[in-house]
Amino acid sequence: MSLQEIYQLARPLWTVWIFLVFVGIVAWAFWPKNKAKLEEHGSIPLNDD
Amino acid sequence: MTQATYMDAAPYQDDLIKKFVLAATFWGIVGFLVGVVIASQLAFPALNLGLEWTSFGRLRPVHTSAVIFAFGGNVLFATTFFVVQRTCKVGLYGGAALGGFVFYAFQALIVVAALTYVLGITQGKEYAEPEWFGDLLLTVIWVVYLVTFVGTLYKRREPHIYVANWFFLAMIVTIALLHLGNNLAIPTGFFGGSWLKSYNIYAGVQDAMTQWWYGHNAVGFFLTAGFLGIMYYFVPKRAERPVYSYRLSIVHFWALIFLYIWAGPHHLHYTALPDWAQTLGMAFSVMLWMPSWGGMINGLMTLSGAWEKLRTDPVIRFLVTSIGFYGMSTFEGPAMSIKAVNSLSHYTDWTVGHVHSGALGWVAFVSFGALYCLVPVLWKRERLYSMRLVSYHFWIATIGIVLYITAMWVSGIMQGLMWRAYDDLGFLQYSFIETVAAMHPYYVIRAMGGVLFLVGALIMVYNFIQTILGNMRDEVPYEATGYVLARG
Repeated sequence: MSLQEIYQLARPLWTVWIFLVFVGIVAWAFWPKNKAKLEEHGSIPLNDD
Repeated sequence: MTQATYMDAAPYQDDLIKKFVLAATFWGIVGFLVGVVIASQLAFPALNLGLEWTSFGRLRPVHTSAVIFAFGGNVLFATTFFVVQRTCKVGLYGGAALGGFVFYAFQALIVVAALTYVLGITQGKEYAEPEWFGDLLLTVIWVVYLVTFVGTLYKRREPHIYVANWFFLAMIVTIALLHLGNNLAIPTGFFGGSWLKSYNIYAGVQDAMTQWWYGHNAVGFFLTAGFLGIMYYFVPKRAERPVYSYRLSIVHFWALIFLYIWAGPHHLHYTALPDWAQTLGMAFSVMLWMPSWGGMINGLMTLSGAWEKLRTDPVIRFLVTSIGFYGMSTFEGPAMSIKAVNSLSHYTDWTVGHVHSGALGWVAFVSFGALYCLVPVLWKRERLYSMRLVSYHFWIATIGIVLYITAMWVSGIMQGLMWRAYDDLGFLQYSFIETVAAMHPYYVIRAMGGVLFLVGALIMVYNFIQTILGNMRDEVPYEATGYVLARG
């Protein structure tokens, strides 16, 4: 399979995999286990001087 | 060099930031003033003075470039350098040398750009008017800027990269991409023509699509992502509250990044651009409602538990109102990108009103809020000269914005309806000049709104001068003082 053919095959899948990456980010951000760790970062501006 | 006065503090490059703050203030006044001049020219054409150098066509890019790139750009340099140092707990990478280069080269570029516009030397691309030599200079400046920013992130002492820096970095990287993509031009000097003129390598609809891919993402990444970075630092800082939902800020960031880049074609509805591309641009613009409002809610709710600061701290009032305008203009924008709505709004003053509700209400107000936070800190003053004057600035500027955008809504919708009106025989009901005459009163109101906005900004300048001189106005304080950032 030439590079051109792989490119042709993969091209329409961009929307799908970019969407999956985004869904993954949302799932990671709102995963209950990650809550405490992530919300802690929200105070960074308050602790910088 | 700034010497930190307390133990274990990083030597921040604050003298550099002072320069950017002063430059932003100066160019802001210039940009608002030219805005008032060209608004008055539209209402009273005699003010074009009959000279080519002072005609509307040449002064309009001076206004847009001055407010977006000279004012907005210097605000972004000041705040990115301030925030990246504070949230990484290290001094700026490259120090005064690289930062100083960015400062002086950028101010030189502003002067070169303004002079060439007035002299009629322009690429004729909206928001990308500088000719090839200006574009090359900006490329060098931007690469150095990227190096200082990424270098500072790289040597950070805080393990996590704070979300404001994500927005700033997205702004820097995307602007680099847009600037290079949209300015691929060849000077005619190579072919025996003038070295002051160039032609873009794209032509026709490809040129138009590249231009609005650039143009809309200049809005999306320069005027939105960059200033959202300001919001995510200065709103929590000033309110003394953590970000409402850090997890929402992560989703806000990535949703904005994935969606914004596709929205450009909505500038080319009903043109030679293929229909599918127009529909794609419209669909992505409508989807942008979600991250925009997610971000607005995140900014506003950061105030939860501290709402009384709206009453007692006019600086918070600037910041919060800016978020309100952000929500309003990002609601209006997607609505206008819908093709049926666009068929009425396109090429009318409605667009101008929409742009200014974003530019004055969101970008300028969040900038004023950040500048009011920065000046006492940078000059190590206990507080601003006067909080009452901040409040006057706020109300005068807000009334100015309301006059501006309501006048443009009425004028724009009227203009759109007049253009599409037919009489009983199927002829256009109005000649073009009749629509122009009908807009005159609204142009006068718009110019008055601009004057108020300028007056407000001049009050800010006076307040800054007095603060920097170390004076404090004798005045009744607001109940609770909000001089959070002013600890020096």
